[in-house]
Amino acid sequence: MTLPKVPVPYLLLLPGFAFLFTFFILPIINLAQTSTQTAIVGGDTGQYEQSFAFSNYINAFLENKEQFGRSFIYASLATVFALAIAYPLAYAIAFKSGKYKNILLVLVVAPFFTSFLLRTVAWKQILGEEGFLVPTLRSLNLMGEQTTITSTSIAVVAGMTYNFLPFMTLPLYASLERIDPRTIEASGDLYANAITTFRKVTVPLSMPGVVAGTLLTFIPAAGDYVNAAILGSPNTKMIGNVIESRYFKIVDYPTAAALSFTLMVAILILVTLYIRKAGTDELV
Amino acid sequence: MSTKTVAATIPTIPLNARLSRWFGRNLLRIYMFFGFSYLFIPVAYTFAFSFNDSGKSNLIWKGFTFDNWQNPCGAPQICEALGNSIKIGFLATVFSTILGTMIAFAIARYKFAGRSSSNLLIFLPMATPEIVLGASLLSLFLVFKVNPGFWPTVIAHVVFCISFVVVTVKARIASLDPRLEQAAMDLYANEVETFRRVTLPLVAPGIAAAALLAFSLSFDDFIITNFNSGTMTTFPKFVYVSAARGIPAQANVIGSAMFFLALAIVIAGQLVSRKKAR
Repeated sequence: MTLPKVPVPYLLLLPGFAFLFTFFILPIINLAQTSTQTAIVGGDTGQYEQSFAFSNYINAFLENKEQFGRSFIYASLATVFALAIAYPLAYAIAFKSGKYKNILLVLVVAPFFTSFLLRTVAWKQILGEEGFLVPTLRSLNLMGEQTTITSTSIAVVAGMTYNFLPFMTLPLYASLERIDPRTIEASGDLYANAITTFRKVTVPLSMPGVVAGTLLTFIPAAGDYVNAAILGSPNTKMIGNVIESRYFKIVDYPTAAALSFTLMVAILILVTLYIRKAGTDELV
Repeated sequence: MSTKTVAATIPTIPLNARLSRWFGRNLLRIYMFFGFSYLFIPVAYTFAFSFNDSGKSNLIWKGFTFDNWQNPCGAPQICEALGNSIKIGFLATVFSTILGTMIAFAIARYKFAGRSSSNLLIFLPMATPEIVLGASLLSLFLVFKVNPGFWPTVIAHVVFCISFVVVTVKARIASLDPRLEQAAMDLYANEVETFRRVTLPLVAPGIAAAALLAFSLSFDDFIITNFNSGTMTTFPKFVYVSAARGIPAQANVIGSAMFFLALAIVIAGQLVSRKKAR
């Protein structure tokens, strides 16, 4: 007896996709299911039953629209700042660093390996009341006695910018490095000055890196709650902080699920629109 | 006098014009200096405070000591947390690298029905915020009455590592010169031999890079771990929990040691590949 022959690619995909189906797709379906449940009348905390309460979504959103807004504003700001910092850095490494290119590239990734939580806590202490920066600025009268750096939205955005910077720099570098230097020479030969060449040749050719970098920064930033928890205050809570506390402190699974699902769908819509607009499908 | 000789060689350009020209030429270098300083300030801070004779809370500089480096497990639970992180990182790396590499070969090498939806399935976990991945997996475990802990955390880490492995390995396969494999076939190697002796060695650096990436993503993960680990601690969890009451200096020791270890591995890898290239 011979078994029917399954084509090679399907055999290769089978184990990985079976795994992703069980531990990624199923949980998302289950999450959607949880999101419309309501508490069992007379049941214990944490006991819920399915009642297709789509009002959960409306309630969850209305209660937390401030945190939703904050998440998207903070994540957008962090993405813009990271792009502004990373682009010249990646450009310098790709075009102006000669034989030091590989070393500099390693240095961009290196801070990664000190746990990002340790680095975030380090920022908190550097910028905090007991650090040396704040007292110095105060003694120079550059900062008032009442103003602080930590526990503000500025600190949270700065922390996110810092933590996701390598995610922005690496794809930018990869796409800049791939640019054929002859295209830049050709632009110069056609009497374009340095600025025009940069605007009309370098930037368009680096777009795939810009798209990949902004996505890899924006997506994790929008769902982040660690920076807000360590560097922020109750006034800088993001949607991630709400989901986390709904799960662990209040044991309100349906609301947490509804918020998670809303966040995921919002991000997917934004990402799809963005990829369409930027006109690259390199990532997908 | 030196000022005179400088003035004599460049007599017509005033100082501020020369300065601004110097800035123009070195702008990117100055920028790089500030960029890298920004990246390394907290690393340097962490390293410096690993030598702090701090006692319980490592907030204020109290004096230099090697004690923390001589006794990195001195803080309660810290080495247990580190051990868990290494074990989870290792298992997640092995599983995600094997599964991801197989998927990468299928997508990069074959045309088949469902290829673009396969690409989508790989992209989706990357486009899902960690908190949603973590929360949804926890919900599933709760439904099936699986207690969060070691293995649920490993599974969660494999989920988010697979996509990064696929993307990394796929890029390497795509950059291979197909003529190398054709040459092997022309020399009477069969498909299996060609794969084993030509394709796999050529893709190996990509697989190694993917494994390194998977390990560092897993080792540094906090959000997904926090949802699925229950009472088990990992190193990032340890740092997060102790952040409120002050992190022991031993955590700085471990963070700094990881930094130097990873740097050494990456540099060694660079040297090996440079030697091979010669």
